[in-house]
Parts: sequence; structure tokens; C-alpha cells
Amino acid sequence: MRAAPAMARTMSREHGGGEAVVLLTGIRAGIKLVPMTDLEFARAQMGMSLAFHILFATVGIGMPVLMAMAEGMHLRGGNPVHRELARRWARGTAILFAVGAVSGTVLSFELGLLWPEFMKHAGAIIGMPFSLEGFAFFTEAIFLGVYLYGWDRIPPVAHWLAGMMVAISGILSGVFVVTANGWMNTPVGFELVDGEFRNIDPIAAMLNPAALHEVIHMTLAAFTATGFLVAGIHACFLLRDRRDEFHLTAFKLGAALGCITIPLLVLSGDFSARRVAELQPVKLAAMEAHFKTGSRAPLIIGGIVDEENMTTRYAIKIPAGLSLLVGRSPSAVVPGLDQVPRDEWPNVALTHWSFDIMVACGLFMLAVAGWAGIQCCRGRDIPKNRWLLRAFVVAAPMGFIAIEAGWFVTEFGRQPWIIYGVMRTSEAVTPMPGLVVPFSVFTGVYLFLSVILVFLLKRQFLQTAPDFKDN
Amino acid sequence: MPLEVPIAVITLVSLVLYVLMGGADFGGGVWDLAARGPRRQRQRDAIADAIAPIWEANHVWLILVIVLLFTAWPSAFAAMMTALHIPLTAMLIGIVLRGSSFVFRKYDSRRDEVQRRWSRLFGISSAFTPFVQGLTIGALATGDIRVEEGMVRTGFFAGWLSPFAIACGVFALVLFAFLAATYLTVDTAKDPDLQEDFRRRALASGLALVPIALLVFLTSRDGAPAMFRGLTHWWAPLLLVWTAACASAALAALWRRRFALARVAAIGQVTTILLGWSLAQYPHLIYPDLTVHNTAAPEITLRLLLIALALGAVVLLPSLYYLFRVFKRL
Repeated sequence: MRAAPAMARTMSREHGGGEAVVLLTGIRAGIKLVPMTDLEFARAQMGMSLAFHILFATVGIGMPVLMAMAEGMHLRGGNPVHRELARRWARGTAILFAVGAVSGTVLSFELGLLWPEFMKHAGAIIGMPFSLEGFAFFTEAIFLGVYLYGWDRIPPVAHWLAGMMVAISGILSGVFVVTANGWMNTPVGFELVDGEFRNIDPIAAMLNPAALHEVIHMTLAAFTATGFLVAGIHACFLLRDRRDEFHLTAFKLGAALGCITIPLLVLSGDFSARRVAELQPVKLAAMEAHFKTGSRAPLIIGGIVDEENMTTRYAIKIPAGLSLLVGRSPSAVVPGLDQVPRDEWPNVALTHWSFDIMVACGLFMLAVAGWAGIQCCRGRDIPKNRWLLRAFVVAAPMGFIAIEAGWFVTEFGRQPWIIYGVMRTSEAVTPMPGLVVPFSVFTGVYLFLSVILVFLLKRQFLQTAPDFKDN
Repeated sequence: MPLEVPIAVITLVSLVLYVLMGGADFGGGVWDLAARGPRRQRQRDAIADAIAPIWEANHVWLILVIVLLFTAWPSAFAAMMTALHIPLTAMLIGIVLRGSSFVFRKYDSRRDEVQRRWSRLFGISSAFTPFVQGLTIGALATGDIRVEEGMVRTGFFAGWLSPFAIACGVFALVLFAFLAATYLTVDTAKDPDLQEDFRRRALASGLALVPIALLVFLTSRDGAPAMFRGLTHWWAPLLLVWTAACASAALAALWRRRFALARVAAIGQVTTILLGWSLAQYPHLIYPDLTVHNTAAPEITLRLLLIALALGAVVLLPSLYYLFRVFKRL
């Protein structure tokens, strides 16, 4: 399937005044400074908005599970530490959830503000998961309100159930949004006739081939990332005082969530990669910096990607590694980037490095979890092992780094398509000139919010941590 | 009946609920900005307590409206987002700053200079956002935005800078403030002084709505002729009488301190206004080129959307009722 005539027409008016933009970027041109076009600003704004939002969305999926765990333990055992823990976590989550809600609103508008041609054609096809997500998010927001402000207004069991509702609807809203992303990667459920999408089938679109592995991988990633973040933060406090019951409990819950989910996450990553190899071989080739089709394909780790000469220098190369991973046999043929014309390549260096960073973070967390698991099996007390605590502190941001890098793989690896193989990103962009302005404004606002958030969460954490001991 | 009609009705209901709930949260921010007198800190606290548990849920009505728009009328959505890129971006900035500054202030519980700054940012963005929302909605009726062959032909400044759109912006701002003040008289039942403060504010903003509504009507003669013609249909006097009755009832109830009644009357008033506006605009989404019929998605999408809405409502409505029962006097 090729770009249809109607879309080709929009291509011609692609970002008229864009070249006038004076803002320069080094990333795009390497050493040479070249003005960014409106298309690139639109992509930058969308990417930045998504990268910002995903942090809060992840916390919004992971934290309710932890809060519900802590509160459930309080309901069963009556230990006040568990209740206090749920309350503290809830305060932090409230701030993060609010920023997630407003940055999510921005995204739902940006779909149309930046990519009107895309929404015009795709809206009817993938509106379904977005509508369902709307309801899931609605339920999440309602019960979060009940949860955060209802501690003393409703019975404890009802309160815990409200927390469970937040957790379930949070997971569901993530599932639906990722489903829509899956469709952009593996578009099905329509026929392309003269540039028009005909005979559409929104159900088939929702159950697109990429949906399953993306959903599993992202949901697990949200649990892992939140678990390790929480464990890492509380490990910091345990390094100062390992007998602090509050931080000990918090650490154990976070570490349990992270360590149980990380092996599953790594397995689902392997499943995802093999599905991508099947469904989007070009993306897989870019992830692995695999230029030339062939058997005994090496696994390339890191290195300097040279798209011109179709090679990657100074990389670690494991002979036949890629063939083994993808085809489960050293002689398996893995299609390379040479299968498609140059103008259908994603940015190989970005996709490849993002992929390697994601995998590295995941494997590091897996190693920490393995270490903790061995300690546990031997009946050792983890908080006594200062080196293990330090490893958890190092692993604290890893899940989030991996999620960002993973989405870089998904999104950069899909380029130059907005609907894989059907519509180019350049055909979907708004005719609006001067996109440098909204890009700069949103970047400024989000940077400002990030600084404030770090400051506030830190202040809140340090401020409230000691009073528990006084009680 | 084509399926887009029931979906249009549901979209309108969502919009009305957004105004009644989310709009009032913005109005609360306006009164935070306008907090005066010896009780200004108590006013601000009352506003924060009233909106804190519900504002995020209330805000989702807007997301629902957007999702319904782009699923059921994708090409109209694309045209709106293109022609109104500038005010919508401004609105989003307002939404982000309002929400963030509100939680920052709420959770940063020290009463210091930093917190006062959050309060001011919360107030300013709460006043700015409804104004821009009014501009945007107003622009759709002006007829200045023209769409040919699916392309917006009138650039990025058409409609939303017209006097009619600006009048709509001011109207939205004052309307939201009126709603908020009226609700707050019920929320502050335990503090008669505060209740009196908000009663005065509700009366003032309710009275201010009259000349502003007149201004919207007068500017529509030149600025939105179709809207003007719509408002002179046979049903228009009925709606007008009903709106006037609700408005008078709300003001009279506020005057006589029957606050629960005032809240009901204000809700009736706002609902009728939005109903009149949508009837005058029907069937157009962007006057005169795009209607709910000529931009509707294929039937299968609409049918599935209706099923999804029905399923969603089964979960949503009881949950919403529970939320308001826990935190508000229903």
C-alpha cells in the first residue's frame, strides 16, 4: 500500500513557512546547524508531550496497585503503618495524577491540533478504544477523588474498594490507549480505495496484531517502573536508618511489585521483539541496526551507526545473535533495512540506541531482582545488605528511563509513517505555520512543572516522613 | 433517524455537564482571584474544599466531548483543530496551569509567599480558560470559518477574534463564575458569613449576565447571522421565557436565601441557554459548511460508539452519583 493521491496532495503544501524558523538544532543535523521545519516542531511537540505524560500515566497505573496493597494489608492485619503508608503514597499520587490528567487532555487535543489529516481519516477507525479509554479514565478520576478525600467519610472496606477501582480503571485506560497506538503500527480494519478508508471495521482495528504485545509489555512496565521507583526511594531512607518500620514496609511492597514483574516484563519484551520482527521488519532492523538481510545475523549492541555506509562501528557484535533471538536458529534469515528504500527508513541511530538503553535498564533491574530473590531464598534480611539497597537506589529511575526509551523505539521506529505503510507523518501534519511557538511554550511549561514537582515532592516527603515516629 | 443525531444529543449532554460541573470549578478559581475582605483566606479555603475531590472527574467531560467529536465527526474535528489552533492551544495552556497550580497549592500546605503565587496563577488561569472556551465555541457560529473539500480556507484567525466570539468569551466567564458562586452558597452552609459573601457574588454575577447576554444577542446580528435567525425561530420565545424564568427564580432564591433552590434554578438556566444555543446552531458543527450529517463517520462506527456509550454509562453514572453523594449534598 502506498500513500494515496489525496494525501499526496497535502504533502505538497507541507510546512510552507517552516524554513523561516530561526531556531537551530544540533540534533537534527549533527554538526551542521539547519533550521527545523514545522513538521519537525510538530513531531517534537508531540514527542515531548507524550514523554512528559507517560511518566504520570505510569505512576497512575502503578501507584494505585501499591496503595491498594498497603491498605488491604491494613484491613487484614490492622497494622497502622500500612494505613499510614497508603495515606502518604496517596498524597504524592494526587499531585502526579493531576499533572497526568491535564497533560493527557493536552494530548487528546494535540492529536487534532498537530495531525488533523491523520485524525480525519483515523478518527472513525480508532475512535473506539479512545471512547472506552474516556470512560475508564472517567472512572479512575471519580474513584481517585473518593479515595483521596474519602478517608474519613466512607467505611474502610468501601475506601479500599475505591482504591481497587482506581487501580483497575487505570490499567484499563492504559490498555485502550496503547491499543490505539498498536493500530498506528499495524493498521487493519479498513480498505484503502482511492485514498479513502472504506469498509472500516473498528473492532478489527481495535484488535490489531500489535495491540496484544504492546499492551502486555506496557502494563507490566508500569508496574515494574513504579515498583522499582518506590523501592529505590525508600531504600534511600533505609540506608540512613534500616530499622525504620515505615520505610521498611514501603520498601518491601515496592520491591515485591518490581521484582515479581520484571522477569515477566523481560519475557514479554522477547515476545514483543519477535512480534515486531514479524509485523514491522523494518522497525526491528532499525532497533538492531541491522542493515543487510541475511542469515547468521549478528546481535549488534551499541556502536556508532553510519546510515550512509550501512554499517555500525565500534559495536559489540554477537555472531548469529539476532538470528537466534528472532528466528530461534542461527541460520534464520533476518530482513535488514536494505529491504525498503532509504526514504522509508526510520532514524536508525535513535531507534537502535533507544532500544539498547531500554534493554540495558531492563536487564539491570532483572539482575537486582535476581540478587534480591537469592537473598530472600537464603533467608537473609535484605535491608541489612547495604550494597543491595544501593543497587535498588540506582535502579530507582531505570524503569522510567526504559519506558521512555521503549516508546522512543515504538515511535521513532514507526517513522516515516504515522499509519504504518499507509500514511506518512508528513502528510498528516497541520498546515499551521510557526509551530516553533507552541512547541517552545509547551516545553517551557512542562520544564517549569517538572522543576516544581521535584521540589514539591521532595519537600513533602522530607516534611512528612518524621512525624510518623512521633505518633 | 440517522445515528449521528442521538450521538449529537449525547455530545450536547456531555457539554452541558462539563459546563455545569467543570465550568463551575473554573468559576471557583475566578472567585479565588477575586477574594476580598477580611474573610478572603476563608473564601479561598472554602473554594478549594469544594472543588478538590471533584474537579478531575468534572474535567473528564471535556475529554469525552473531544473523543465523541473525533470519533463521530472526524473531518469536522480536523477542521476545528486547524482553524482554531491558536485559541485551543491557549486554552490547553490554561487547563494545564489551572490544574497544576491548584494541586501544587493544595498540597504545598505552607501559608507562604510561594503558595500565594500558586493561588494567583490558579485564579488567572481559571479566568482565562473559560474566556478562550467561549471564543472558540462562538467562532464556530460566525460563518467566518470556511471549509472547502475538507480543507480550511480561511486561515487561523477567522471567527474567534470577532466581536461576537469575544462577547461569547465574556459570557462564558461570567456564567461560570455565577454557577460557582451559587454552588458555593450551598457548600458553605455551615459558615453563614462565607455564605453571605458568596450570595452577594452570585447575585452580582447573575445580574451581570443580563447585559452580557444582550450583548451576545446584539453582536450575533452581524457576527453570527445564522445564530441570530435561529434565535428568532418559533421555539426561541419559549426557550427565552424559560431561561428568563429560571434566571429570575435563581436570583429571587438567592435574594431570599433559598440556596438549594437557587442551585437548581441556576442549573436550569444554564441548561436552557446551552440548549437554545445548540438548537440555533443545529445541524451545523462549523457554520455554514460542516454539519453533523455531512461529516458523520460511517454507520458502523456510530453504531459501535452508541454501544460503547451505553456500556460506559452503566459504569459511569452510578460512580458519578456516588462521588457527589459522598462529597456534595444531593
